[in-house]
Amino acid sequence: MVATTDWQKSAYIAGQAADARVNVELETEGMTLNLGPQHPATHGTLRIVVRLDGEQVVWAEPVCGYMHRGYEKLCEVRTYPQVTTLVNRIDWLGHFANEVPFILAAEDLMGIEAPPRAQWIRTIFFEMARIANITLFLGDMGVQLGAITPIFFAFRDREHVLNLMEAATGGRFHPNYDRIGGLKEDLPRGWVEEAKAAMKKMRGFCDEIEDLLMGNEIFQKRTRGIGVIPPAVGLEYGLSGANIRASGVDWDIRRDEPSPLVYDQCDWKVWTHPDGDSFARYWVRLQETREATKIVDQLLDSLPAGSIQAKVPRIIKVPAGESWVHTENPLGEMGYYVVSQGGLGPFRVKIRTPSFNNVSITPWLLRGVYVPDVITILASLYFILGDIDR
Amino acid sequence: MFGLDLTAYWATTTLKVLVVLSLIPAGAIILGYVFLLKMMSWMQSRMGPMEAGPRGSLQLVADGVKFMQKEDIFPARADRFVFAAAPIVVLMSTFLLYIVIPAGPRLIVEDLDTGIFFAMAVSSLSVLGILMAGWSSANKYSLIGALRAAGQLIAYELPLVLAVVGVVVQAGTMSLQGIVKAQAGGEIFGVGLIGNPYILTQFVGFALFLAATQAELTQTPFDMPVAESELVAGYMTEYTGFRFLFFFMGEFGTAFAFSAIGATLFLGGWYVPGVEGTLADILGPIVLGAKIMAIAFLIFWIRFSFPRFREDQLQAVAWKYLIPLSLVNIVATGILKVVF
Amino acid sequence: MAEIPGLGLFKGLGVTWKTMWQPAVTVPYPHVKEAPPTRARGVIALKEENCTVCMLCARQCPDWCIYIEGYKDKAPPRREGGKPRTVQKLDRFDIDYSLCMYCGICVEVCPFDALFWSPEFEYSEVKIADLLHDKTKLGEWMETVPEPPPLEAGAEAKKGAKK
Repeated sequence: MVATTDWQKSAYIAGQAADARVNVELETEGMTLNLGPQHPATHGTLRIVVRLDGEQVVWAEPVCGYMHRGYEKLCEVRTYPQVTTLVNRIDWLGHFANEVPFILAAEDLMGIEAPPRAQWIRTIFFEMARIANITLFLGDMGVQLGAITPIFFAFRDREHVLNLMEAATGGRFHPNYDRIGGLKEDLPRGWVEEAKAAMKKMRGFCDEIEDLLMGNEIFQKRTRGIGVIPPAVGLEYGLSGANIRASGVDWDIRRDEPSPLVYDQCDWKVWTHPDGDSFARYWVRLQETREATKIVDQLLDSLPAGSIQAKVPRIIKVPAGESWVHTENPLGEMGYYVVSQGGLGPFRVKIRTPSFNNVSITPWLLRGVYVPDVITILASLYFILGDIDR
Repeated sequence: MFGLDLTAYWATTTLKVLVVLSLIPAGAIILGYVFLLKMMSWMQSRMGPMEAGPRGSLQLVADGVKFMQKEDIFPARADRFVFAAAPIVVLMSTFLLYIVIPAGPRLIVEDLDTGIFFAMAVSSLSVLGILMAGWSSANKYSLIGALRAAGQLIAYELPLVLAVVGVVVQAGTMSLQGIVKAQAGGEIFGVGLIGNPYILTQFVGFALFLAATQAELTQTPFDMPVAESELVAGYMTEYTGFRFLFFFMGEFGTAFAFSAIGATLFLGGWYVPGVEGTLADILGPIVLGAKIMAIAFLIFWIRFSFPRFREDQLQAVAWKYLIPLSLVNIVATGILKVVF
Repeated sequence: MAEIPGLGLFKGLGVTWKTMWQPAVTVPYPHVKEAPPTRARGVIALKEENCTVCMLCARQCPDWCIYIEGYKDKAPPRREGGKPRTVQKLDRFDIDYSLCMYCGICVEVCPFDALFWSPEFEYSEVKIADLLHDKTKLGEWMETVPEPPPLEAGAEAKKGAKK
């Protein structure tokens, strides 16, 4: 780009001066390395610019936006069912979990409550989305660290959950199952038995991964003490989900905030870990997966009979108003701020995604870290690009 | 035949060279197919390639043909001569290893008196090739990979050599044929049935040899130089086509060679109890082949199950744990050799 | 973590050893085919006699991948002595599967049950233009539409045929 206007020229000079200042301050040439946007370690098209001194990172900055799809703008020109379809694709691994807060916000504006059976099944599917998402993380962290076997186990055992989703909703990755007032249709016969069997297999997978990867001394050497996030700093940067629970902060929206989802109907616990390093983040997510299978089991046992959809008009027009609903998604805290002006579709939707905040801590966290540890830290923070860029 | 003297030096040498040249791709393909394609797949609950040839056996041949017909690309700022020479240096050090490996009482290219010493010396030439590859690629990732590799290979040369010294002390000779004969002639507590494979007495040396071989071959858990998820392919990033094929063949050919050396040093080599003469020449390679597979199985099993060490942890393992352990091993072997 | 240093390493080796002896989970696709579940969203089938060209599906599609053209026709009166009725008939009903998101909004929204899901998924083409299925092809997919599966215990039977 040729600098023509005065502003452009001074911006260019300022950039050069900043670079020179960094070089002078550090008294080292340093190597600027681009991790991404096409790189096996970043989960998608994330670009992290790091400046290295030998093998140590001196300065790092994530550059997002390579996958921006304009969700918030799209939501302005789509109707509510269409938005539900699109929204599946924000965090594509925890598919159903993206639909739920949006639908809950719309139900809040309409003043409709879904029948109990629908809320039960919604919660079951939410937890199954969590299992599908985190299972991939458990294998993927292995790949980032060089163990190529766990990820195949992860994909193999994730199929159980995806097949269940397909049997009930028709879609493996994008169920598009939640509707304002309930769910699209009821479960097919035999689904509850299959789901219980699948949960047992997922618990078996968790045990296997614990033996194969988490108990491995090499893995522990690579992750213990790496990327420690003190709880205060984590909260400042807006971390959420397992990342902040691994730093010892006992915060879980499922338990702490009232919501139509039926988490209070079953007995489960929130897992935290005091260390705040990469190993803690892995450990917390493993325990969360086990806990999710237990929640699903309990909810399957107590599933009430009844209708799956409340009475809603055929053409849905949501009355004017604003609503904010956030939930404990697999990646962290996801929330939708829906502004409606009484139309067929929302007037404005602001989507608060967990990965955007999770990745914002990387400049602080990556200073002084070795290049292989950069990979470990990024893997342990676990962001999905669709979630960062929307 | 044709009035030529087949026992003349040039005739036998040509034959030996041809055998070795064909053995390297053959060994690479066999190891690659059995362990990389099939064993890894079964460990990961999948089937591996099944379409090319019966049960995927011709997959690597197809891969070889694919690599050969690719365009020969030089990065724009690469140093052409060094870039082209690097894979040849690596492959050359692999070829030289095969000179001293015995497959039978008379099946050896050249029975050097300094057999194992020569093998160790020649295997460290590959470090040069790797540095050349990384430096001439004009690519930051390759450079980082090459420097890591150089540090790692140099560090792990020592446990490798010192582990072998224990065997040499016990056998009393550096010649590989001599080591096989020493194991064949030995006895375990007076029972001479299977000779005395040195793995029984040199189990520490064997473990060190395996660990050091793992590092020399840059296999996980020591594969920082080719850390796939970080540096794409490390020092090999810019190589495509047949140059990449050379690196690949070098890696698996060296794995084959090191497994053979390990089998010879620790498992008794080609020795079949009670078999002598020409029969040993026929059975020897088969027996050696089986032992090679056993050791390669161990190497690849560890490769597929563990994550990788970080560079400084890798160096710490070598300098702080493996080398002292190997020195203790040598001292113990020396004492026991004198006492018994 | 482990009492004996290195125990974790051996446990890991044990897991891979054990898995090596278990059968692979891969289904070798073209030779062996797994049947997708009944509700799987493979392709959309059109029952032309039910369609009244109300255009609801084309309007609600998030991708606008349904192209509909219709014409007016006269149908015989319902009772003796009545006027002939005006009905809409389809001229063109195309679904462009290169755009389709497989969301199912069109199937759900159709008031006359003219669209159905079928789990058929093997219709890839070499040219993208061939992915535009016209109404004849969509009618052919009707043969592959399965019966809706029976519902789980505790579900309320659906009144009417709304999917």
